Amino acid sequence: MSQKMKRIYLYTRYERSWHWLQMVFIAILLFTGFEIHGMYSILGFEEAVEIHNTVGIAWLIAFAFFIFWLLTTGEWKQYIPTTKKLFLVIHYYSFGIFTGKSHPVPKRKEAKHNPLQRLTYLGLAAALLPLQMASGVLYWTYDHWSAWGLGFLTLGMVALVHMAIAFAVLIFIIIHVYMTTTGHSILAHIKAMITGWEEVEKNATIEDWEKAK
Amino acid sequence: MPRNNFILFSLLIIFSLVQPEAISAAAPESGKVAKSLEMTADAPENNFTADHSKFPALNQTFETGQDITNACLSCHNEADDQIHKTIHWTWLSPYDAEGKTGKAGYSINNFCISANKMEDTDCTTCHIGWNKKKEGINCLLCHSQKDIKWRDEFKDYAYFRESGDMDIANEIQGRIKEGAQHIGLPTRRNCGSCHFYGGGGEGVKHGDLDASLLDADKNLDIHMGNDSQNFQCIRCHTTIAHKIAGRVYSTPASMQRKSLVENDMVPKIMCESCHTATPHAKGSKMNDHTGKVACQTCHIPEFARKNSTEMWWDWSKAGKLKNGSPYIENDATGRPIYKSIKGSFKWEKNVVPEYYWYNGSIKTVMAGDKINPKETVRISWPVGSREDPNARIFPFKIHRGKQPYDIVNNIFLAPLLSPEENGYWKTFDWQDSSKRGMEIMGLPFSGKIGFVDTEYVFPTTHMVAPAKNALSCSECHVRSGGRMKNLAGFYMPGRDSFKLLDMLGWACVLAACAGVLLHGLGRLFTNGGKKEN
Repeated sequence: MSQKMKRIYLYTRYERSWHWLQMVFIAILLFTGFEIHGMYSILGFEEAVEIHNTVGIAWLIAFAFFIFWLLTTGEWKQYIPTTKKLFLVIHYYSFGIFTGKSHPVPKRKEAKHNPLQRLTYLGLAAALLPLQMASGVLYWTYDHWSAWGLGFLTLGMVALVHMAIAFAVLIFIIIHVYMTTTGHSILAHIKAMITGWEEVEKNATIEDWEKAK
Repeated sequence: MPRNNFILFSLLIIFSLVQPEAISAAAPESGKVAKSLEMTADAPENNFTADHSKFPALNQTFETGQDITNACLSCHNEADDQIHKTIHWTWLSPYDAEGKTGKAGYSINNFCISANKMEDTDCTTCHIGWNKKKEGINCLLCHSQKDIKWRDEFKDYAYFRESGDMDIANEIQGRIKEGAQHIGLPTRRNCGSCHFYGGGGEGVKHGDLDASLLDADKNLDIHMGNDSQNFQCIRCHTTIAHKIAGRVYSTPASMQRKSLVENDMVPKIMCESCHTATPHAKGSKMNDHTGKVACQTCHIPEFARKNSTEMWWDWSKAGKLKNGSPYIENDATGRPIYKSIKGSFKWEKNVVPEYYWYNGSIKTVMAGDKINPKETVRISWPVGSREDPNARIFPFKIHRGKQPYDIVNNIFLAPLLSPEENGYWKTFDWQDSSKRGMEIMGLPFSGKIGFVDTEYVFPTTHMVAPAKNALSCSECHVRSGGRMKNLAGFYMPGRDSFKLLDMLGWACVLAACAGVLLHGLGRLFTNGGKKEN
């Protein structure tokens, strides 16, 4: 470890388990989802639907626990959106990263996410993923719509939303996975999400507004 | 670490919640109908409190068929009144106040076209009377447990008795008596003696009703198979006072989708009557299909699975003679592909049905209705659409062909066919047979004859396959070439997509890949801005 770095315990065991569990869920959902969409035939339609529905419901339940965790631990504050330093971060990834600059928003236990992450993760956790789950549940409960007063819906509308978000999630994953390589070493961020321990710069200052607690 | 224990506990709960779902999805289908009791399946005549052979009324010499009918009615004194009101007797739809719908009316098809108001005698060989509608009811067609050709036997009996050959006459009388004394509920053989041979031969009309059902195994029909339930027709075609549920013209076979669980007095004519609207395992996605997809659609993957069925009849080819005589040409399986009296035919086996929205009602073009001969004329077609709440996707046999029409009046012709009436089958004269046929119908005839392409539909509801042979999802849920390819107006997962969204989606995915690749390469070449070590 370089002189300037120190190890901090950044991600709790639940966070890490949740992260990887969700990764597995989403990977299975994307794989089976695109098969259901007719992109390829590997598992077969029936098997793909069974797995997609089962994993989808499992994700929904697990996500409820995640929300519970966010609320009870106060971790939700990590996701409060801000524009402060947002453009600094964008500028860093656009230019600074190529010229050896330091990241303008260093990680700390009480400030895990930079402003760009906050926006992205809030958008995902509060908008896209719940919408995906809602459209998925609607898709699944197609036969009950008229009984629930949702007769105005068509399967096409629901499928459109569900597919559009699926693409958005796939695009997120591509960028997200790439971004894990931008730590001080290629695998540093991935290691951190496995062990919980992240190496961060020693002397960075975290401003009060950045802190979740 | 209490918090970590809580997390583990939570995960445990999640998985325990998820597991039952996964298990029920993999479980075999439940909700199967309980196996029927043997006694209802076999030898119906053994189930009664009366042995008909002991009745004095049936221990006499029967000179004519009517003598037997009179003997039957001497006890069953309401039977003839009941029968005379049924479509089996009238050949007219009881739901058509005008009395036009039905074989005895103006209904036509693309087989033998029209019965010319019962005047075309060959068409009426299937009528349940001793001599069309003119004499009494032949109770034995439906109720005798002996397979006897009644009209022929009585003809032969009269011949030998008159010629004084009493040995043979008595032998025939013995067979007649035996047939009259062995009485029971109609079996598949009774019903099939007409319904398996409609249109002038075995397997001609219905693709899902033919003589193969007399000795079916469960692979051919899970209900009628000798090695499964061995149902007789009336097991589902519930009969009250000789009125048999199930005939479809414009009025659906059943107006309500109720199971016996909800109302034990409903006719057992629908799949749902016994199987309910949710026949699959609890939680199975298949149960969500039953609102829009009829059971038959998945459970009758193909019809005519043992014997072939006629799919095409071209009347325009009729009339060719060899050495001045009519002839018949058969294919390798013995099915006729050409008959001078009828034209050319095509037969198919293991036919994949065609699918339409269907609310149980069939619309028809009748003799006298104007047609547009420039396109294929649908003589009958299923009623329903995606928007119709009572309509579901249903499998059909479509019988196609060419048949004569009046090119001036643009109406179908109803030629007289039977040799007894000097019809087309004897004279090969379209002009004369059409003229006389249309006269009987009270319809105009210009004398100018053309041939037009036609279609006639049969709902496919028999030959239900075992569950393991039901359609797999991907028979329909597939991008192209699926069974539902011709049904539009709704989004079907796996088949349909929004082209623009897919293009845009994949373009963005590619752009993201290209973006991160370029960014990564940039970092590689600049070495992250760090000095070389």
